[in-house]
Amino acid sequence: MIGRRRNQRVNDASGTRRRLRLASPRVFLQRHAQVALDSLGRLWRSPLPSLMTAAVIGIALALPSGMYLLLDNLQRLGSNRDNQVSLSVYLKDGVPAQQAQQLAGRIGDWPESADVRLITPEQGLAEFGARTGLADVLGELEENPLPAVLVVVPGPAHTTPRAADALRAKLAALPEVEQAQLDLEWVQRLAAMIEIARRGILVIGGLLALAVVLVIGNTIRLEIQNRRPEIVVTKLIGATNAFVRRPFLYAGFWYGLCGGLLAWLVVQAGFWLLHEPVARLAGLYQSDFSLFTRPLASAGVLLSCGALLGLLGSWLALGRHLNAIEPG
Amino acid sequence: MIRFTNVSKRYPGGFEALNGISFHMEKGAMAFLTGHSGAGKSTLLKLIALIERASRGQVFLDGENVTGLGARRIPYIRRKIGFIFQDHHLLFDRTVFDNVALPLVIAGYRHQEIGRRVRAALDKLGLLSKEKLYPVTLSGGEQQRVGIARAVVNKPMLLLADEPTGNLDPELSREIMQLFSLFNEVGVSVLIATHDIGLIDSMEYPVLALQHGRLAGHPGDIT
Repeated sequence: MIGRRRNQRVNDASGTRRRLRLASPRVFLQRHAQVALDSLGRLWRSPLPSLMTAAVIGIALALPSGMYLLLDNLQRLGSNRDNQVSLSVYLKDGVPAQQAQQLAGRIGDWPESADVRLITPEQGLAEFGARTGLADVLGELEENPLPAVLVVVPGPAHTTPRAADALRAKLAALPEVEQAQLDLEWVQRLAAMIEIARRGILVIGGLLALAVVLVIGNTIRLEIQNRRPEIVVTKLIGATNAFVRRPFLYAGFWYGLCGGLLAWLVVQAGFWLLHEPVARLAGLYQSDFSLFTRPLASAGVLLSCGALLGLLGSWLALGRHLNAIEPG
Repeated sequence: MIRFTNVSKRYPGGFEALNGISFHMEKGAMAFLTGHSGAGKSTLLKLIALIERASRGQVFLDGENVTGLGARRIPYIRRKIGFIFQDHHLLFDRTVFDNVALPLVIAGYRHQEIGRRVRAALDKLGLLSKEKLYPVTLSGGEQQRVGIARAVVNKPMLLLADEPTGNLDPELSREIMQLFSLFNEVGVSVLIATHDIGLIDSMEYPVLALQHGRLAGHPGDIT
């Protein structure tokens, strides 16, 4: 028994040596390249079904990535403005400039405030004119309708909605103050909405990624069934499972990669179509905002996602169906 | 080369294909395996090629006990064996060359080495002019020779043939058998399952005769 076991180990060792000698890294790479090209050739030889599978994958990947990019643009629109929380304190009419200046100094000493800036009515008018391009019209006004404004930036410990609101109430209670308003609430609301949308897209993206895996898995399953006799023969003449698996894994990889490429093209085309109207709309709002796409980054993400999902799909299909095929 | 000790094979359902088979075939030997259909010839070959596993007893191949061999090691054992089937199991979407090259591709030979060996094997079987053809365009005898080329291209230690002449006329059958003799002369062990008694009688090789899953007589060592 001991002798036999030793004998077996020697055989094992010699077998391993032989394998190592045969499969040098160069041969290994050569073999992989060959199988990869072979799999691609197989897809190429039946272009229509391959294209349809790739298109399904492409659409499934294009949807969430397109939405995500749009969201990214929306978020940039929000962060374009000063994303800091601040309060606008409108002073009553007739508060003299000097008193306003003193008030600003007083508020600046509060522990809640980090910074206070006074915008006199004149400054406010000039700024408004510059920003809206209505300077000429405003010049026609007989008197300045704008009040003096204090822009109060709360200290780091007071930026939470509740603390900021408490500060707003405190400011509103001052006798010189007509109205105190928490600015950029819309930025926070937008951020909250974007966060919801982002989660939504994540869920949709996850589901569509699952769909991609299932589509590729099913395609590979059919492929395995079609090539069943070939699998049996190759196993009979000494093919390892890895050898049998390889062409199918590459097929899944190519499907995913082509799908990713199509998705990228769809997203780019979509943004190209949107670019012009969005720029025009932004122009109407006096904004120089324009859509940005980051083509290289999205190409990288889409291609690698596609390829990975393809590999995953074919791996799952192989695990389910390949082991069931044994010569007998 | 092959040693069976008290091997039985019972299929699910209770059918006992082989019962208490013991024999030893030495390295470099050649023998026939005969018996009526259903006697267990194919099962015995399948046990050697590890397509089926023994229910009882032990199977040794080239000194190694393969009875309980793990599935991961099976492919490497099969590479030592050239298997020839009655219906040749060729891949019809590949050329003759690619069919014959398959065992070498599987074993991971270099490209140039594959070309050299495949052409050598095709040359030996008189198929060199057909390397670019597809198997469908070949006659039955030619297809069988492609199958043999594929079995020997890897220079296996052992050739197993399951009714290799089953579909061929006597003339072609004799040619195929002479090919096996040639391989045996260069040191390959050969075991041929056939019920072609005329063919067996015309050649002087030991015979393992199966009857209802048992070996008739005691053949002892086949040398």
